[in-house]
Amino acid sequence: MAMTETMTVNMGPQHPSTHGVLQLILELDGEVVRKATPHIGFLHRGVEKLSEYRTYHQTIPLTDRLDYLAPMSNNLAYVLAVEKLLGITEQIPERAKVVRVMLAELTRIKSHLVWLATHALDIGAMTVFLYCFRERERIMDIYEKISGARMTTNYFRVGGLSADLPDGIVEEIRQLIDEMPGHIDTYEGLITGNKIWQKRIMGIGVISAEDAIDVGLSGPALRASGVDWDLRRDDAYSGYEDYDFKVYTSQDCDTWGRYQVRLLEMREACKLIKQAIAKLKPGPVVADLPKVCLPPKQDVVNTIEALIHQFKLISEGFKPEVGEVYQGCENPKGELGFYLVSDGSSHPYRMKIRSPSFVNLQALPQMVVGRMIADVVAIIGTLDIVLGEIDR
Amino acid sequence: MSENAAVGKLKAKFASSVLDVVEFRGETTVTVKKEDVVAICTFLKKEVGYNFLTDLCGVDYLGQTPRFMVVYQLYNIGTKERLRLKVPVEESDATVDTVSGVWSTANWHERECWDLMGISFNNHPDLRRILMAEDWEGHPLRKDYPVQGPGRRPYQGRVS
Repeated sequence: MAMTETMTVNMGPQHPSTHGVLQLILELDGEVVRKATPHIGFLHRGVEKLSEYRTYHQTIPLTDRLDYLAPMSNNLAYVLAVEKLLGITEQIPERAKVVRVMLAELTRIKSHLVWLATHALDIGAMTVFLYCFRERERIMDIYEKISGARMTTNYFRVGGLSADLPDGIVEEIRQLIDEMPGHIDTYEGLITGNKIWQKRIMGIGVISAEDAIDVGLSGPALRASGVDWDLRRDDAYSGYEDYDFKVYTSQDCDTWGRYQVRLLEMREACKLIKQAIAKLKPGPVVADLPKVCLPPKQDVVNTIEALIHQFKLISEGFKPEVGEVYQGCENPKGELGFYLVSDGSSHPYRMKIRSPSFVNLQALPQMVVGRMIADVVAIIGTLDIVLGEIDR
Repeated sequence: MSENAAVGKLKAKFASSVLDVVEFRGETTVTVKKEDVVAICTFLKKEVGYNFLTDLCGVDYLGQTPRFMVVYQLYNIGTKERLRLKVPVEESDATVDTVSGVWSTANWHERECWDLMGISFNNHPDLRRILMAEDWEGHPLRKDYPVQGPGRRPYQGRVS
């Protein structure tokens, strides 16, 4: 009688298809995965601990570095949490809210572009990668003009934005958004009808709605399992309730379903950005709250009150009252949540980051069991994880 | 501010376990006894519809008794409501029963809580460190753990 013996294979942490420093210990029976054990933490920087020693404003740059493919969305979730803690959510100027939505949706496109690029590259479609990064580069250029940085934007502030949009940027965004549906058609033209692509992702990584909720999937991964869930609509923030958009779901529950949902989301994001541009009216971008928001530089050099406020805010920071809040946001990868506990001092007593990738990765072992080793790569790609956010 | 419907149901069913109910910024926080946490979570999931465990974490209130709080963020996908559950944990007996049998997503959250906060979970299927190295000593998110790591002077640059 033939003997069957399983083989243990180490994948990562230095592996191009693990999207960062993820290590997987795979137990293989031939080419079939019997068990997968993820090991994470290689990128742990202690963001939660560090934030306890910084003022609320000083923590914003740390959030850029969580999901570094979607820095603006992270900034947004964090500042919304702090604004909720301060109870100033209602006082954010309209223009700031619209710009936040516009940039959060632009970030969604940017993040999904990287997902599509790397997902396709992992499976063997090299060309898509190049096209996606071409468009992503344009979004990075827009980022740079707005915030001065391509990735670590640090643009939103508690109470509004760090600065108004530069001249001409809205036109540039509009131009990109007008072209974007055509670009998405190009990507789809390259792979959607491709038999190899279909065979590699149809019926792979199946997870039922019940299991998906149980394991805590969120975002596109949950919607592709047929759960109609979107925090932009269900727990609206930053004025999302005033926008008209569709939440796409898929009943396929597999990698193909997630592929379709994300592509549709990119198209929907374009529509949302168009609506935001239409809503964009001149006005202040920072709330009129001198005890919370930094005064304009012009005032600091001209008036003593603004100088004092700036000095107090920089050296000490604002002090929210004792309490705790949780703010969840629909990030490109799922629900990013910030749980903030305040003890009445100028730095968070405790900040817990509920990162979507961390929770989504937990579904990996059950999704890969019984599949071929080549499917592991497709399933990592479809979960769209970023290790910066998992390890924090 | 209307009270969260779940609070009434919880008070009716677990009258002796509900220690405190706080409303802040439109969010409801219920503090319950740790002995009943699994029963309460099962009840909230099965009877009240809180089918999604968003997050689970520990908070260290150094200097207070009980020292720790384990915080559960629940979400009801049907009614789109949130509820926060808190469980006080003594330093001398820093263990809580696992809720990974109720929501399997709690598995990694509880591992993280053990790793960084040093609160262990009874009956957990796989309680190992998750972010720190396996041979790491101490639990970094505790308030008495220095931010620059063990064996170094505490960070002095703190504001306020």
